[in-house]
Amino acid sequence: MTDLLVAAISLSAVFLFGCVGEIITEKGGNLNLGIPGIMCMGAAGGCWCVSLYMNNFNANPVGVLLILFSIFGAVVFAMFAGLIYSFLTTTLKCNQNITGLATTIFGTGFTQFFMTNFADVSHYDAASKIIAAKLSFAEDLGWFGKVFLNYGVLTYIAIAIAICTALFLNRTKHGLHLRAVGENPATADATGINVSLYKYGAILIGSGVAGLGGFFYIMDYIGGSWENAATIEAFGWLSVALVIFTLWRPLFSILGSIIFAMFYIFAFKITGISQVGTKAIELLPYIITIIVLIFTSIFGKKNVQPPASLGLNYFREDR
Amino acid sequence: MEKQVAIELKNICKYFPGKVVANKNVNLTLYKGEILSLLGENGSGKTTLMNMISGIYFPDEGHIFINGKEVVIRSPKDAFDYKIGMIHQHFKLVDIFTAAENIVLGIHENKKYNIKEVNSRVREIAERYGFDIDPKKKIYNMSVSEKQTVEIIKVLYRGADILILDEPTAVLTPQEIEKLFAVLRKMREDGKSIIIITHKLNEVMEISDRVSILRKGEYIGTVDTAKTNQKELTEMMVGKKTDLKIERIKTNLDKPLLEIRNLTVYKDDGSNAIDDASFYIRGGEILGVAGIAGCGQKELCEAIAGLRPIKSGLIMHKGENIIGLPPKKIIEKGVSMSFIPEDRLGMGLCPSFSITDNMMLKTYSKGFSPFVDRKSARARAKALIEKLEIITPSSETPVRRLSGGNVQKVLVGREIEAGPNVIITAYPVRGLDINSSYVIYDILNEQKKKGTGILFIGEDLDVMLALCDKIMVICHGKIMGIVHAEKTTKEDLGLMMTGSLNLTEEKKDKIFGIAKDSNLTEEEWQIAEEKAKQNDTENGGND
Repeated sequence: MTDLLVAAISLSAVFLFGCVGEIITEKGGNLNLGIPGIMCMGAAGGCWCVSLYMNNFNANPVGVLLILFSIFGAVVFAMFAGLIYSFLTTTLKCNQNITGLATTIFGTGFTQFFMTNFADVSHYDAASKIIAAKLSFAEDLGWFGKVFLNYGVLTYIAIAIAICTALFLNRTKHGLHLRAVGENPATADATGINVSLYKYGAILIGSGVAGLGGFFYIMDYIGGSWENAATIEAFGWLSVALVIFTLWRPLFSILGSIIFAMFYIFAFKITGISQVGTKAIELLPYIITIIVLIFTSIFGKKNVQPPASLGLNYFREDR
Repeated sequence: MEKQVAIELKNICKYFPGKVVANKNVNLTLYKGEILSLLGENGSGKTTLMNMISGIYFPDEGHIFINGKEVVIRSPKDAFDYKIGMIHQHFKLVDIFTAAENIVLGIHENKKYNIKEVNSRVREIAERYGFDIDPKKKIYNMSVSEKQTVEIIKVLYRGADILILDEPTAVLTPQEIEKLFAVLRKMREDGKSIIIITHKLNEVMEISDRVSILRKGEYIGTVDTAKTNQKELTEMMVGKKTDLKIERIKTNLDKPLLEIRNLTVYKDDGSNAIDDASFYIRGGEILGVAGIAGCGQKELCEAIAGLRPIKSGLIMHKGENIIGLPPKKIIEKGVSMSFIPEDRLGMGLCPSFSITDNMMLKTYSKGFSPFVDRKSARARAKALIEKLEIITPSSETPVRRLSGGNVQKVLVGREIEAGPNVIITAYPVRGLDINSSYVIYDILNEQKKKGTGILFIGEDLDVMLALCDKIMVICHGKIMGIVHAEKTTKEDLGLMMTGSLNLTEEKKDKIFGIAKDSNLTEEEWQIAEEKAKQNDTENGGND
């Protein structure tokens, strides 16, 4: 059981990054279905920076610099995709769903193209060992160390971001303004809040955070192999589903991401069931999300609903 | 004591696209420590004028002076800086936030965000003016009057000295109105200047020091409340009757086609839209419905067309109950509804469809072929274009690209083409120029000649007086009276619209809205009523 939990937590950061990124975006009223593509972009950007760094400092890589530089790359690439999305939806007022899907198609396609042509994967194994490095004494601290201290730095960054996001949304003035934009942009506009600025900010920051999810998956979870990169897109969709499952709460998404990761791992770990059974278990996160949706709409409590203007673009003239 | 001017407007003009004049040469003076009522009919430009003071619109011409200095107000934020706050008719609140969170929203102070401090400051303001509010309560748990309180405190919290209230009493109960007025009086004592927009004359008389009147965007005058009366105000508001050359055709009246008794319909928010209304329409008659905008006209249309569940009452078409029938069945019976909303495209037409496709929207289910019959629809579209002189490049042009008047002709034309026996039309000439309006009137008169019963929901009293046979006036969902257009005056209609005159109460002996030659006998009505009640209880009350 502990093993399963540890395995789940070590995967959970993928979902957590994606989910928190999407929560930030959705709190500003934008449904970004481009998250899967943006996560791929993040993976591409991060890995490209890893290649750049490792090719130049192969002999004696400094762990902190490698990590910072590659995180920077992941965030910039992801934000680039996010910028396209936010320009189309916020400035040009394109339909958010269609733009989001287009962003996903663009992001996955671009990543494939970019990685096969420009990235040098030869040092990824070594880089991954640095990025995913765990505390050496964690294993010695019994179950506590095993469950809580047994992960690479990116996992802790993910949790820290989730906590910071919760604080930002609920305790700061800008968080209040952002939520107002997502709930009722006309009201926010009337009180002098710059709606477009907040939307851009939320989408860009959200994309940057989500992009780290893709990077984490390649460099930490699967240890620097680029072969399974297609899985990132699937994880992206799961992250979007996770946002609904967690009812737009960043803190709950820490737990939610572990639950989702557990279902995913369960399907591999469990033996003695048919392939159909494995697939059925993989389906569970989606099914649970649907159940959550059904419950929230039946009980209709106002404080567990999605942001009221989610998916709607704001035209000032409509007031 | 010399009265100090708080805000002064000089020669303000505002035009909207399409040569619509919203305000023309409006002069207005508001003194410190007074309550000024702004009175006017629908579309007289009251809200537009106030939006210019609060920074939502920008005046095309004219000057605004605050404390004697000329100012330019470009945005709501500028207005706040000049200590002007507007309480809009439609509340601008975030539902899932608490009162305090809404109040503090958008304030850019360089202070730390501390909700506890905000809470205590809100309480302080509430105590000072006698509001009753819990700053921690979420908006979605609040009643309408509480929400309004939040809006007012929001403005006071920003330190406003000039408050503008856009029809604050429209949504309140009489007790809540009393409370609000008490608060307003306290604010006046505190030196605040208040502009209150309203249609209700009795409230004007009760609360305000002076009254300014607008009519069709023009400034008519300002009078001291103490020196005027409701009759004079009504006259200033509706103006002298102008004669329009609209023909009122004499027809032979048939039996009632549509009879409605004790109809009650709810609004979306659960309040009464139509309250216990009874009326009937005969064949070959135009029944006008007059009333201030949003007094239940839309809900009435939707209820008859089967688009909105009704709370109680009966709707009989040729003696048959049509309540609970699907809209398609009601259309097949010959009841057609066309509602022209403010944006004019809204109900009934698909903007990106061509005229031909829009023609098919109501006839798609005829015939057995799985394919649509575009040929005949195109022929019908062409006939319509010719008959109503619709200006369009072709019958295949998307309706969205047509001008407003032509869009309305398409809509009304399609409804009539189906050969209905009851036409319900709301604001069919909304935003049309004179010539197009006359085409629509002619269409309606032609239908009237054919023996169709027409329910005409209108805005312009002059038109209704000329076109309609009878006029029913509603005020906040209640029928104030049904009068013959030939025998009534514009002033009476104005008084009824504002709730100052209620014929149904004044002439108790006369029964309003019940036809003597009904299709059903009284016993049959009673049976129908009992049947409806039974259905109601069977369905648990919600249909």
